[in-house]
Amino acid sequence: MLSYFLGNSELSRGGTRMEKSQIEFRNVSFRYHDDAPWVLKNVSFTIDADEWVAIIGHNGSGKSTIAKLMNGLLFPQEGEIYVSGQKVNPDTIWEIREQVGMVFQNPDNQFVGTTVRDDVAFGMENHGMSRELMVERISESLEAVGMEAYERQEPHRLSGGQKQRVAIASVLAVSPKYIILDEATAMLDPKGRKEIMQTIRDVQSKRNLALITITHDLQEVTQADRVIVMNQGKVWMQGSPREIFSRKEQLIEIGLDTPFVSKLADELLNAGLSLSREPLNHQELLEELWTLHSTK
Amino acid sequence: MSSSMIIGQYVPGDSVVHRLDPRSKIAIIFFFVLIVFFANSVMSYGLLALFGIGAAASSKVPLRYIMKGLTPVWFLILFTFILHLFVTKEGDLLFNLWGFKVYEEGVVQGAAISLRFFLLILVTSLLTLTTTPIEITDAIEELLGPLKKVRFPVHELALMMSISLRFIPTLMQETEKISKAQASRGVDFRTGSFKDRIKAVVPLLVPLFVSAFKRAEELAMAMEARGYRGGEGRTKLRELKIGKLDYVMYGLFVVVVIGLFLTRN
Repeated sequence: MLSYFLGNSELSRGGTRMEKSQIEFRNVSFRYHDDAPWVLKNVSFTIDADEWVAIIGHNGSGKSTIAKLMNGLLFPQEGEIYVSGQKVNPDTIWEIREQVGMVFQNPDNQFVGTTVRDDVAFGMENHGMSRELMVERISESLEAVGMEAYERQEPHRLSGGQKQRVAIASVLAVSPKYIILDEATAMLDPKGRKEIMQTIRDVQSKRNLALITITHDLQEVTQADRVIVMNQGKVWMQGSPREIFSRKEQLIEIGLDTPFVSKLADELLNAGLSLSREPLNHQELLEELWTLHSTK
Repeated sequence: MSSSMIIGQYVPGDSVVHRLDPRSKIAIIFFFVLIVFFANSVMSYGLLALFGIGAAASSKVPLRYIMKGLTPVWFLILFTFILHLFVTKEGDLLFNLWGFKVYEEGVVQGAAISLRFFLLILVTSLLTLTTTPIEITDAIEELLGPLKKVRFPVHELALMMSISLRFIPTLMQETEKISKAQASRGVDFRTGSFKDRIKAVVPLLVPLFVSAFKRAEELAMAMEARGYRGGEGRTKLRELKIGKLDYVMYGLFVVVVIGLFLTRN
């Protein structure tokens, strides 16, 4: 079942750099109009295959623009973007969009089909896949997100979280190498958000793909392998979640909130308890606390 | 909003009529509408009525749904009948109703035209009763296929229809939300003069339109991100198939047409 998600290499005929399976931004600058301020200024970074990268930043920091640049919904004025070694330009966007799947913020406004299965098929229809393959992949990808029981349902009977899971299934069905979640959980209630995060974790552990989550929910960020913090159109900081959250004052300075556990750890520190490392979730904090005496 | 909302009048079922290919249904109905105007004898009308009522019966759609489809036109059917009754002045005089003379030909003509109306509405409403809107959309796309040669945007038209169908419930939910929000701010939709009520709709429509445009923009972006680039090179998940049943129906319909021309005066 996993084989088709892996065998995509024939798609990336991008000349000499085709071996590298990664997304690369090279000195990218972008603005919407000639006289508008720069949204991105000289941004460079790479995202490797099977890596989970979170991009955070407050509103207007350019993080959503990055997502749209990755699959050619926008093109940079300066610099280059390479997806699996292929430069993103108007000639390559169709192949690139097959590799880079995107889930947007509003669950309703990205649901194209009249039923769940029609929506999952939409992307595959666009890429001209055969009907047999579509039928096969619809059930596979709906199973992957736990929505197989809803195949014939209409969108207005689904919750926001369910719709977003269908959106993830639709993206998976095309077997991309990279999935971008552009604030995909922002409009969901806590339950829906939890469902989506669980789904994403499942999918990422089972399938060989890179995940790029764009968010301002810092709870989500703690699960990523790497975090890119954007501020005023520039890469402000990169590092593991632990490294990022150990610099709380600076995060707060650029308008970002830190997770509750992180704040609690701070307060504990102020109260005179010294923790051995920055806890990222409740489990870690708990471990720190109950081993506090023995490590002293 | 009720979860039982169905777009259109579709009544789910698995009858012969339901299982017919939507293209066959549209084609048969189209030709039926044409031949109804050729009937001119009791026998020919009887044959067409038999076909129409037989189709309705075999669809197993409950009678009340069929009647509901006919409600808006009952008045029209009755009106044409009465009009013919008083206007046609041929044949024997049947009776004199306070100075209105009713002739035999008037009754016959009135009955014939009313039956025509009834059959037309019956058969066409049978299409929407037994076919989902999306099936009709697919059928229209297929039937209009030849027009692609003259650059008629068939695929785009079908896509527009299916996206409209997809968004009707969404926009209705939104309308309800906005109307509640506006009612809580004191907008009164129910009382007042006609003019006042029309005015009250404005604060409902403006936000609805704004959000519909926003939705359209986001949807277009999402479609593009998923590789949409028009109808060319696109495959389809839903496929229509002409089966044995369809051929049987074509045969039956041809028999009816031949029968009609044999029984005409």
